[in-house]
Formats: sequence, structure tokens, C-alpha cells
Amino acid sequence: MFVLVEMIDTVRIPPWNFQRPLNDAIVEELNKKLANKVVYNVGLCVCLYDVTKMEDSFIFPGDGASHTKVHFRYVVFHPFLDEILLGKIKYCSQEGVHVSLGFFDDVLIPPESLQQPAKFDEAEQVWVWEYETDEGAHDLYMDQGEDIRFRVSDEVFLDTLPSGPSAAAETPAASGVEESGQKKEPPYTLIGSISEPGLGLLSWWNS
Amino acid sequence: MLSNYEVRATRTIPTEARYSSQTSSLSISSPQVYQLLTDLKERRKESGKNKHSSSQQNLSTIMYETLKYLSKMPCHLQNPEIVKDFLNAMLPHKLTKAEKLQLLNHRPQTAVEIQLMVEESEERLTEEQIEELIQTVTDTLPGDMAPEEDVEMDVKTDH
Repeated sequence: MFVLVEMIDTVRIPPWNFQRPLNDAIVEELNKKLANKVVYNVGLCVCLYDVTKMEDSFIFPGDGASHTKVHFRYVVFHPFLDEILLGKIKYCSQEGVHVSLGFFDDVLIPPESLQQPAKFDEAEQVWVWEYETDEGAHDLYMDQGEDIRFRVSDEVFLDTLPSGPSAAAETPAASGVEESGQKKEPPYTLIGSISEPGLGLLSWWNS
Repeated sequence: MLSNYEVRATRTIPTEARYSSQTSSLSISSPQVYQLLTDLKERRKESGKNKHSSSQQNLSTIMYETLKYLSKMPCHLQNPEIVKDFLNAMLPHKLTKAEKLQLLNHRPQTAVEIQLMVEESEERLTEEQIEELIQTVTDTLPGDMAPEEDVEMDVKTDH
């Protein structure tokens, strides 16, 4: 579920950090910039693994800070396709079952990938697997907070960077407010599937 | 130019930090990540609460959440020797790297779990082989207790 990704970045160390060892300052800057953020088409960054190479530092005219090109490896959450993961049900909606891993919240299991036949219980807002046995159908509820095992069937990266000014009327001051007002789209979503034996709530398969 | 990143509300960052795509990214197992984060946490505790705590808030958040998630998985009981033994024991089973990684991360206990993690297991493995595989996994990887019990035990040994 985790991968090591090699990255290259130019790290800017402000002058007030010059008294500290350069390595420590760089590690801190890289973690400050990347930890808990999604890099487009790479995944959710967790923490720095190691620094493999540091090039010479430069000071540019008009800026007291030093700039160092650093080659480093970062621990990134990016499960491969078809990987099996364990999560907790966050909530259910018409769109499907929303699952959280604690540190990563944007997993969606769409209705067609649930154990079939499935139906959505409007009153309780949960998805139900109508499990059929010889004695008739059993309703297996997918309640909030239950542990669920799923397969990663797809991943969606969304470029959530602010795009260029689309409407000329938009003032830069207003854009920030507007953004937060809109429904925030997750930058990285995993699409899950539980339509195989062994997948779904852990309690279904324990007995 | 660089200092603008933290202003954004979204969690995406521009790929100024270039991802060198020609080098394939390396898979890292959950026990390794767990070890790394535990060490990092210790080091940060030792260095005390410096002024940098506010700038490292994102790191603290993801460290805390990831550790919380991983400590519920079997991987928090594993160490490099165990992983090495496990990989040696897996050699005769002829599995792919991804399959071994998942077996390591999940420590499956039932045939139905094995079938999920091993591709086309019906054709590749006989029932006996699946049983053998479960046995090897159980023998080489520690962890039998329910997660809640684990936590309690840890607390007790601390005192």
C-alpha cells in the first residue's frame, strides 16, 4: 500500500534557519511541504524516507535564502490496482459506501461493485446485502464504523490546483472565499470493489 | 514562488517536486513504514517541542493517523528478521512480489483470503498448497491476538 517515490526538488532555506545543520533544515522543509498532501498522479505523501543526493546551494540576488537541489525518497500511500485493503465504513449514501483508512478518507465503493443483490435502505441510510440462503434472504447491513475489506479497482486523481482566471470579472481577493464555499473535491480518490467472496465486512466471513 | 504552497486550502501540491517517472517506484512493506514512523516519532519526542511544531503539523497529523491505522494491522509485530524468514519461507510457493507483500501486510488466516490475494489461485494452487501457505504464514508471522488485547498488553508491559 505504500511506495517509495524518488523526487527532486529545490529546497529554500530561509536565513533564520542557517544556524541549524543543513540536513535537518532540509528534512524539515520537505516534510513541511509534502507531508499529508497529495501529489498529482503520485499519491498521498506520508513522510521523508531518505535524502539520496544534495547538490550545491545557491543564494540568488535579492533573496537571503539558500536554495539547494535535493534528490530524495518519500514514503507515499499509493496502493497498486487490485490490492486488498482494510478500512472502516465512514458512511453510506446513494453514491455507494464511503470508506476511510484513518489517514486516507477518500475511498468509494460504488453500488455496482457491492456484493449483489444490494439495496439502499433509505430510512436508515445504509447499504444492505440481501444474502440469499436456502432459508430465504438475509439482510446484511453495512453499518457505519464496521471494518471492511475491499479491493482497489481504480484510482482517480483530480487536479485541484486553482486554474487560471476563467472569468475576467473574478477578482483575486474573492477567489479564495469562493473556493472554500464550493464543494471540495478530493484530489485523490480510490474506487473500491467488494463483489468477490471474502470481501466486505470482516464479520461476514469470520464464521 | 515556493512560499505560496501553504496558502492553499486544497491538499494537492504542484509537482515542482518532480517525480522521476523513469525510475519505477519501489514498494515498501507496512512493517517498514511502521518502523520508520515509530523511529521518527521517538526522535521528535527527544528533540522536544521546538518552535517548529506548528510548521510540522501536517507531518504530525499523518504520522499519528498512519501509526494508528498500522498498529491495528499485524505488521506492528513484525521486524526485519521476521520479514526475511517469511520471504525465505515463501520461496517454494512461487508467488509474485505483490502477492507476497499482501500476505505480509495482511497475514491471511483463511483460504478465502488467500484466494483474494493470490491471482488465479484456483489454477495455480491446489487446496493442499493453500493450506500449506496458510500454515507457513501463521508460523512465520507473529500475531494472534485481537487488536484491542494488544493495546492492553502493551500498556501493561510499560508499567
